[in-house]
Amino acid sequence: MESLQQVTAIAAPLMRANVDTDQIIPTRFLARPTEEGLGEGLFAEWAAEPQFLLNQSPWDRAGILLAGANFGCGSSREAAPRALRQRGFRAVLAPSFGDIFFNNCFRNGIVPVRLPQPVVEALAREMRARRSDGTCTLRVDLARCRVEVPATGQAHAFEVPPRLHRMLLEGLDEIALTLAQAAAMQSFRAADRQRRPWAYL
Amino acid sequence: MGKTFFDKVWDEHVITDFGDGTALLQVDRLLLHDVTGSVVMRELGAGGHAPAAPSQVFGVIDHLLVTQPQAAPRTGWTPVAAQMIGEARQLAQGLGIRMIDVQDPRQGITHVIAPELGLALPGLTIVCGDSHTCTLGGIGAIGWGIGTSEGAHVMATQALVESKPKRMRVRFEGQLPPAVSAKDLILHLIGRIGAGGGAGYAIEFAGGAVRALDVEARLTLCNMAVECSAKYGFVAPDDQVFEFLRGRELAPAGDAWDRAVAHWRSLASDADAVFDRELAIDVAALEPQVTWGTSPQHVAGVAGRIPALEAMDDAAFAERALAYQQLQPGTRLADVRIDVAYIGTCTNARISDLRLAAAFLRGRKVAPHVTAICIPGSAAVKRQAEAEGLDQVFQAAGFEWHEPGCGMCGSGRGRLEDVRAISTSNRNFENRQGRRTRTHLASPLTVAASAVAGHIADVRTMGAP
Repeated sequence: MESLQQVTAIAAPLMRANVDTDQIIPTRFLARPTEEGLGEGLFAEWAAEPQFLLNQSPWDRAGILLAGANFGCGSSREAAPRALRQRGFRAVLAPSFGDIFFNNCFRNGIVPVRLPQPVVEALAREMRARRSDGTCTLRVDLARCRVEVPATGQAHAFEVPPRLHRMLLEGLDEIALTLAQAAAMQSFRAADRQRRPWAYL
Repeated sequence: MGKTFFDKVWDEHVITDFGDGTALLQVDRLLLHDVTGSVVMRELGAGGHAPAAPSQVFGVIDHLLVTQPQAAPRTGWTPVAAQMIGEARQLAQGLGIRMIDVQDPRQGITHVIAPELGLALPGLTIVCGDSHTCTLGGIGAIGWGIGTSEGAHVMATQALVESKPKRMRVRFEGQLPPAVSAKDLILHLIGRIGAGGGAGYAIEFAGGAVRALDVEARLTLCNMAVECSAKYGFVAPDDQVFEFLRGRELAPAGDAWDRAVAHWRSLASDADAVFDRELAIDVAALEPQVTWGTSPQHVAGVAGRIPALEAMDDAAFAERALAYQQLQPGTRLADVRIDVAYIGTCTNARISDLRLAAAFLRGRKVAPHVTAICIPGSAAVKRQAEAEGLDQVFQAAGFEWHEPGCGMCGSGRGRLEDVRAISTSNRNFENRQGRRTRTHLASPLTVAASAVAGHIADVRTMGAP
């Protein structure tokens, strides 16, 4: 799995609420023989409009996304974080996330960072204000769980579920970790088969 | 302190508790459909892994199928969709996975056929690369949507590392008025707590009005838990559920059945169980609900109006939604003209949904400007409907009658573009049912009434059966 320690990048303020995974990548991009090329579908319907944020400089080179509450709600499609990753995003900062999208991010080299709504909004204002002089960047330090504004030195702490944190930091292979628990799984199932035989087909 | 239904099911699936709010959980069933399932199987192979318990994994073809009745043999609705279906078939065969294929008499939408087959049972953990797996909570299973990486993990280990959610109980109390259904209950709830109101929670639906719902209605209720961002929604199983499941193909039989039922009864939340959040909603005065915006939280009673922007918590979002929907605040919902009426999907395409709609449509005609489509949720639903003559009722009224599948829930299938649709599906997101398509979510009865009226309609004023 791809690891992430820290990322410093332009942070695009896409401050819409409830951005669902159908907007992140529309359904018509999902049926495909390979996961490559998903980036072409990123925000495809919105991106058709020239004035869409990510079509404009410098946001077209962003590696961090600032978003409204409940980002990534809706469908479970892992194509959503994959499309973001393929287009260079390594972090999404929002007040809250859809639960399935949140989990999927960690397995695709992206950290979803929950910050209070006023903090995300203040960061978005800061980025917009710094747009013209090219200092509209943020640093997300996953090891220290901090978001920093390099231009001002201000910082905000965030929390990440510990297990997912380690997995992403170290790029651990989750399947290998679980397979290392083979003995625990075996003994659980031996007892469980007696307790709940109908669960086994 | 007592335990909730969710706690009990969670506890009996814990293989290893990591002590940080996460656990390695036993997964009882993995379902793979033709979109995400193929990706899961591809990635399992690419990682050099093999299925840990292939007999507990099932493949289903539903999302990509053409549903138009003239298509035979049925395949994908585009060349790439056909290719994906072929790939799903081939991969499943290679991995020793049972596939409920297109020509199988048991074929249908994953979340419709899982209860029909007894593939879903109370107290089971069931995962699928599909957010509407929470539907299966209607029979007392804990079902939830996962990503494809998690899917490959489940396939390789038959287990999943899961963060334990907080528990919420929503009690619907009182007697549902006529023409008000489970769909209206869940839309109303989402309107009340918001599209993000369930994030981080597992929701138990309880109360007298939920107990009074039949099993299919409970599946509808749980189907949309994820539309308030709750990954899991469920109703603790009771005698109605046990009767529904008795004798199903994959349900236990004989002594095993009795043992299972005794176990399932013990899973109900204890009287002194404590929830992280509790909500009680009186349903006695509830109206049929219909959405006006681009989120399921944008919902109102069908006799009402689109609210004023200043009355809303999230005015910027609502304003954008109304611009997309080409609607104005204050507009009466009954004045909104529709182009398409759609009955189908994992939310509302079961036999009870079709019966309700057909009872209204009998002797009536769809408005001339409306394209009306009914897509049964499974081959079994379709057979039953045809045995009851419902297909004749739908067609006489002017509805198209299709083969089972997911149909036009997740795309316009080349038919829906820049139109206004009233739909029994679960998502009214921008462009969800086709580019620039403006979706209004409602119950089967409200969709049938609106199809006849040619605009969003209140079935209660139309002499509903």
